[in-house]
Amino acid sequence: MNMEASNTESTSLPDQTDLAKKRDLMQQRVSRSLKRRHNQETRFKLMGMAAVGTALAFVLLLFVTILSKGLPAFWQAHISLEIYFDEEIIQIDEKPVRMVNESEAAFNQRMLAWQTQLGFVNFNRIILDAISKEIPEARDYQRDAMRLVTSGERFGLRNMVQEDPSIIGTSQRLWLLADANVDVWMKGNINRELGDAQQQLSARTRDWVDELEAKGVLKNRFSTALFMNPDSRSSLASAGLAGAFVGSLMMMLIVMFLAVPIGVASAIYLEEFAPKNKLTDLIEVNINNLAAVPSIVFGLLGASVFILWFKMPLSAPIVGGLVLTLMTLPTVIIATRSTLKAIPPSIRSAALGIGASKVQAVFHHVLPLAIPGILTGSILGIAQALGETAPLLLIGMSSFVASVPGTPFEQSTALPVQIYLWQGNELRNFFEARTSAAIIVLLALMISLNAVAIWLRKHFETRW
Amino acid sequence: MTFRNKALAIAMTAAASVAFTAPAMARDTIQIAGSSTVLPFSSIVAEEFGNSFPQFNTPVVGSGGSGGGLRQFCQGVGAHTIDIANASRPIRPAELENCKENGVTEVIEVMFGYDGIVFASRSDSGSFALEPHHVFQAGAAQVPQNGEMVANPFTRWSQIDSTLPDQEIVLIIPGSNHGTREVYEETVVHPGCDSFDEVKAMDRDAKTAFCNAIRTDGRVVEIAGDYTETLARLDSQRDALGVFGLSFYDQNRDRLQVATVSGVVPSLETIGSGEYPVSRPLFFYIKNQHVGVIPGLMEYAQYFLSEEVGGMGSPLEDAGLIPMDMAERDEITSAVMSRTLMD
Repeated sequence: MNMEASNTESTSLPDQTDLAKKRDLMQQRVSRSLKRRHNQETRFKLMGMAAVGTALAFVLLLFVTILSKGLPAFWQAHISLEIYFDEEIIQIDEKPVRMVNESEAAFNQRMLAWQTQLGFVNFNRIILDAISKEIPEARDYQRDAMRLVTSGERFGLRNMVQEDPSIIGTSQRLWLLADANVDVWMKGNINRELGDAQQQLSARTRDWVDELEAKGVLKNRFSTALFMNPDSRSSLASAGLAGAFVGSLMMMLIVMFLAVPIGVASAIYLEEFAPKNKLTDLIEVNINNLAAVPSIVFGLLGASVFILWFKMPLSAPIVGGLVLTLMTLPTVIIATRSTLKAIPPSIRSAALGIGASKVQAVFHHVLPLAIPGILTGSILGIAQALGETAPLLLIGMSSFVASVPGTPFEQSTALPVQIYLWQGNELRNFFEARTSAAIIVLLALMISLNAVAIWLRKHFETRW
Repeated sequence: MTFRNKALAIAMTAAASVAFTAPAMARDTIQIAGSSTVLPFSSIVAEEFGNSFPQFNTPVVGSGGSGGGLRQFCQGVGAHTIDIANASRPIRPAELENCKENGVTEVIEVMFGYDGIVFASRSDSGSFALEPHHVFQAGAAQVPQNGEMVANPFTRWSQIDSTLPDQEIVLIIPGSNHGTREVYEETVVHPGCDSFDEVKAMDRDAKTAFCNAIRTDGRVVEIAGDYTETLARLDSQRDALGVFGLSFYDQNRDRLQVATVSGVVPSLETIGSGEYPVSRPLFFYIKNQHVGVIPGLMEYAQYFLSEEVGGMGSPLEDAGLIPMDMAERDEITSAVMSRTLMD
């Protein structure tokens, strides 16, 4: 039927209608395929947006959980006590003063003897006296009362006396850190409905806490302990990040002073001076491979070479720094090389053309232009090293260190390792929040390092 | 030119500093590693020790399990090796032999208290009244049935004994690097295993191998890391039953409950009296060759053993250690202070 119809039409109305029909058909086909292609594009856009959205949602989830858990830990329960440095309890000699003709050793000896004498003073009695001013019945229940203040505060008071013995016989109002379990109870991190057998604090201490909180004697205040103290296990409330922070800082400095110069120097040589032959190809392939080696392997290397072979100290930032340097080197080399590659050859040619030597061309003209890229690469490499945990575990840096290291040869931990250690503490109710707080500090450091990198890039960037 | 010179100078100093750090450094901080059960106690003592003695640094305490700590301890003598190994079980003859081969010939053993091993589950799961043979039947690869050894058929606790809760068997035990594992095997699994007539008929070696074999169908999970990992498992799996030290349970009483073993509830009292069957002494080992080289070693040991640190009402007892009685404490203190070596 159709065939016939079209036949008759084509005979009666020749070419024109035929062409129009063809055009129509073509247009239909194009518009159909256009629709399909448009759909394809929308689908792809949607998929892309979904991917970005999912990624953002995960990042948001991460930040929300960490911030919601960690931020409260920056405020910690403190108790305000009227501390009387009772001369009856603190019976010690005068603090030794160095005499004119006294040798340093002899003075240190006398100082040590005095410190030892001070060490025998029972500062818990002073704290208990202060607590009983707030809670009269505290004296009858000493054990319950002493659970209010974290046990490390007695050393804090001792240090105050050691600094300035003239405070003996005077009194002052101090905010002391409350026990970790008091903090947990006040923040409701333990189910307050649970019975006595499942609570960490006795019923009496819990009542006191509620009473003191209502009076304003117990309060959540900004916790300087978190930043100023090293880690602690005997006085959990005073555990802080100072030791780990200084350890990390030392390692970063070592990485900065070793990885950056060595990495940049080798990159410049390989990129600008080295002949292109099989050997340099091999080196290049190996550097790329090295960048892909899992970090834990560097830890094994550090343990067997630096510690067992060179007999360097265990858990020391110097070893950590060296291991992280090895890890960061390939990153710095690759970043520097790609920056150098991106600098137009015309710069080199121009320098060489007006008679500069190759060294002059590189150091006077190419390198200054490459500085922003090199800095960015180095900073990103250092930031990566800052967050590295696995190799440090193998060189003994996961130890419990309760002091702030003074030199890179002293034992220390690092920030990410401290997070790992706190995550493993038995008192979950307290340390869950503390761990997240440590993560926030580490993330803040990372973000600021990356921000510096971005700023450097933007500030010094040259476009051709 | 100046830029190049500077860069060169920095690179040279860096290289030089690497070369010069190589020689061994004298160390004046005690270095400790080992059992994660002992770690909390050891850390508390280390911190208090450092705070109380102005002349000594605060010792550094690492973990790694009893086995890991003793291996590090036996690596040799010198400032790059640890001074004290913590262990939740006595050192094995083979380990001592390995020590001697590496030059660690003088070792002082110090026992400082007791710890109980508990079976804990989430407080919202069923409560367990365990007997040693229940634990064996839940975790073994093969169990005796009607005179024959068959592959472990049990999937729910109630199939083993109708008094146990009707829930899936998921048993989370410490890995073999933990001293706790050995105590768990010796004080729970073996007595449970021995209670079967079929096992009694076996010879010694075959019996040990048979009793220690754990099922591999995923119902027994070995944890090589710290006990927080065990706790995380319990948090995420309502049915799981975990094995760890009493001190660890003590700090998490709000979310855990403990099983009774042979009808006894684990507590400081029942473990101290020996009524609760699953308890063990805790140790640390001192490298005598480091005494006098690393300052404070013997003072640390003495401080650890003193009544006010590890006795009744002490910080260690608060942290869950079961103190020794006075007579035992005096005997061990005098043996350690006279530096009695292991042979």
